[in-house]
Amino acid sequence: MADSNETGATNATLPLGPSPRFVTAHFDVPGIDQIEVYRAHGGYEALAKALKTFEPDALVTEVKNSGLRGRGGAGFSTGMKWSFLPAQSAKPRYLCVNGDESEPGTFKDRMIMEVSPHTLIEGVIIASYATKVHQAFIYVRGELLRAGAQVERAVREAYTAGFLGKNILGSGFDLDIVVHHGAGAYICGEESALLESLEGKRGYPRLKPPFPAVVGLYGGPTVINNVETIATLPAIARYGAETYAAYGTEKSKGTRVYCLSGHVNRPGNYEAPLGIPMRTLIEEYGGGVRGGRAVKAIIPGGSSTPMLGPDALDIALDYEAVAAAGSMLGSGGMIVLDDQTCVVGATLRMSEFYRDESCGKCTPCREGTFWLVQLLERLEEGEGRESDIDLLLDICDNMFGKVFCPLGDAATMPIVSSIKLFRDEYIHHIREHACLVGPGAHRAHGAVAHAG
Amino acid sequence: MISDALKARMREVTARYPQARSAMLPCLHLAQDEIGYITPEALVAVAEVVGAKPDEVESVVTFYSMFHQQPQGKRTIKVCTSVSCYLMGCDETLATLERRLGIRRGESTPDGRYKLEAVECLAACGMAPAIQVDGEFVEQATPEVAEKLMAYLDAGGDMAQVRNEWRQISDGAGMATVTEFGAPPTSGDDGSSTRKVG
Repeated sequence: MADSNETGATNATLPLGPSPRFVTAHFDVPGIDQIEVYRAHGGYEALAKALKTFEPDALVTEVKNSGLRGRGGAGFSTGMKWSFLPAQSAKPRYLCVNGDESEPGTFKDRMIMEVSPHTLIEGVIIASYATKVHQAFIYVRGELLRAGAQVERAVREAYTAGFLGKNILGSGFDLDIVVHHGAGAYICGEESALLESLEGKRGYPRLKPPFPAVVGLYGGPTVINNVETIATLPAIARYGAETYAAYGTEKSKGTRVYCLSGHVNRPGNYEAPLGIPMRTLIEEYGGGVRGGRAVKAIIPGGSSTPMLGPDALDIALDYEAVAAAGSMLGSGGMIVLDDQTCVVGATLRMSEFYRDESCGKCTPCREGTFWLVQLLERLEEGEGRESDIDLLLDICDNMFGKVFCPLGDAATMPIVSSIKLFRDEYIHHIREHACLVGPGAHRAHGAVAHAG
Repeated sequence: MISDALKARMREVTARYPQARSAMLPCLHLAQDEIGYITPEALVAVAEVVGAKPDEVESVVTFYSMFHQQPQGKRTIKVCTSVSCYLMGCDETLATLERRLGIRRGESTPDGRYKLEAVECLAACGMAPAIQVDGEFVEQATPEVAEKLMAYLDAGGDMAQVRNEWRQISDGAGMATVTEFGAPPTSGDDGSSTRKVG
């Protein structure tokens, strides 16, 4: 496995076959969460190679060359993000790993932490070495108890094996990791809110700039990367940037873990190259839509990304193509809605999430998310007015771009996109006092007291 | 009462951080794990250890949904109601549990044994709908599985014996979870003795 032929890899011949597993390699091996088993399958060899072969700055360049982009949602170049750290700083610099996975439709980071926590730890050490960080934090979502326990145990094992602490593998590089458990707040997945939370405060997002790379944790320069992003680094160190970049598309390199959920036959986490068509993910990997039904809508990257219609099925799953189609690749959490789904009901459910998770700091988001849910409830119950559709859009317009963090923007995505695609269905709710499809299509509205 | 052992553990965890205040959430977790909820005494103890005012600690407690300032049901049954679980029928699962327990979401049973909560996305969207009890997942939680889970818990079943593991699917291309219940402790008449939990 420890090959050295990466310099010979070209785009013409895919060096590791058509669909290699960079992040999830060996995830099927029983006991891969134990350090001995992980090492028996080449674990921590990439770390040894990185420490021996690369100076930190060269490793940053290598990651830049790999084309790796953040897998948390924004899709920013990882190596570029690292290079924004100021060369000199009076305060210590930190690495924070964002394991606060809670975007509806996303369940890959939980899998990585539960199944192979050492892949993450190895990645943290590589990232810290590249960015010259000596104190890293892994922020694990509070609700994910098993994931948190697995990561904590893996950290202890890594200390015992000499991969953490002082003078790691004789390189002179020191690193400590603290595993930090959240306590129930979606907003802490937003990077500046995560820092506030890690500093022992309410998780309110900070105004940016300054960005965390310049003023982050305790005011020091700070790198914040998603779990999957970090878990990709051992493979990049092992196989080299060129091999990794041989996969994917021109600007969206490598593979990612797609989380497939909703009305498909085989939901699950699939690692596949960036740029595969949506149809391939849904039909070939996911076994098609449940019951042989048709696709009504696709939410490509978590509920914070605009939904697309079935005409988007042939779009390539890369950052650029999905953006060109009017949505975002986001966290990779693809939710499939079949043709029997009431889109108003589904949008209401997504909107309730943002109402419940708004931190309350910014007025447009705090008040807007409540108002949106009230209107959608009224529409779903068949008691809406014709003017409600424009009112929804107006509120969204008054939220978008007028808040500190992306949550307020995200709350508008399902609403604006569903009205754009399915305005007729909203109108049906208003005029016929019932859903167009699904169980609600047959109910008699107004006659039954709402159970609340 | 805050035990000396608890305070010692709080101080130990605080020492791991560059700044004491960062140990706020870990200390609150320790207190809640031991006491069951965040008492006024716990606020003072955490404030002391992390170098904050009790008011500041309380302001943090009220921000995070996992911290409680009231006693909780012995077992909290969390049902995810976010969009992927919604598409796969979590509302029926939740209604089944409400009927079986005779309470509504957000309430505890009169005997204090169970609390039922509707929660936001639990990062278990693949095998939806998802339920979480004692931090352990039960996935593909249809109404039938919810009934099975309750029978298991009523019989004294231990969530640590519920296996929810990632398996390869689709010829190894992907992974998804499978939930399997262990045998619940038998209730006596076949003679086998099993430790009762809960």
